[in-house]
Amino acid sequence: MFGYANPKKYKTLSHYIFLTAVILATLFLGFGLYLALIASPPDYQQSETVRIMYVHVPAAWLSMFIYVSMAVAALVLTIWKHTLAGFYIRAAAPIGAAFTAACLISGALWGQPTWGTWWVWDARLTSVLILFFLYLGAIALNNAYDNPDKGNQASAWLVLIGSVNLPIIKFSVEWWNTLHQPASLTSLSKITSPGIHPDMLTPLLVMAFGFLCLYGAMVILRLDNEILGRKIHVLRLRTING
Amino acid sequence: MAEFFEMNGYGLYIWGAYGATGAIFFALFALTLYKTLRLKRERRLLEKE
Repeated sequence: MFGYANPKKYKTLSHYIFLTAVILATLFLGFGLYLALIASPPDYQQSETVRIMYVHVPAAWLSMFIYVSMAVAALVLTIWKHTLAGFYIRAAAPIGAAFTAACLISGALWGQPTWGTWWVWDARLTSVLILFFLYLGAIALNNAYDNPDKGNQASAWLVLIGSVNLPIIKFSVEWWNTLHQPASLTSLSKITSPGIHPDMLTPLLVMAFGFLCLYGAMVILRLDNEILGRKIHVLRLRTING
Repeated sequence: MAEFFEMNGYGLYIWGAYGATGAIFFALFALTLYKTLRLKRERRLLEKE
């Protein structure tokens, strides 16, 4: 597995994965938007505002998924010192922050007509806001050192410590009395008989897969930039040293 | 068509959510592409030196 953690081997694979991810993201997001905005029915209680769910929930899933993947990369960087793991944290953190921002903004826009407020300091909303700050912290630490490797390691420690927040986000709606509703899809068994109608479940899953492909394409593009940036760093050192 | 955009009076919230998400990712994608082009140009210049 670590064979692919070599930047040269990674480059040969990344081109094909990038093209596949772009094509799948275009297809799934296009079809997902059609289902979400046109084909799916309004909710009997929430009316048309339920359509915000098709962008809010996949963004929330991705914000958690990206952080978990960053925590795994942080562990690999800390234990095995794999360069690509550090590059991955640098590449993924801004995308994770973007998904978390999309989740928070769409949540506020859903909260106003549904709850009558843009924001409440309940456990779910606050823990997701903390996740957003953790992403910003990781980005800041990545760029805080002249030596990029030191920045990557400092960021990895923050990501590892911040992973404590993940179970808090997941279980906040069960541990505390929150305004935010509990999860409708909690496990694989609930996907087969979920508390959500198939007409609404289908666009939700299509949009989620589209977001996942979009993430795949963007993270590869950013990883390529990180590798290129490191090559330029080496070239600059060679120029300085003659 | 106007009905579709009004979304039963909730158009501002729904289009706001989709628009904000789209704008965030468009900005991130544009910045990433700009960085790619800038880095490629810088590498070409350094390799010439």
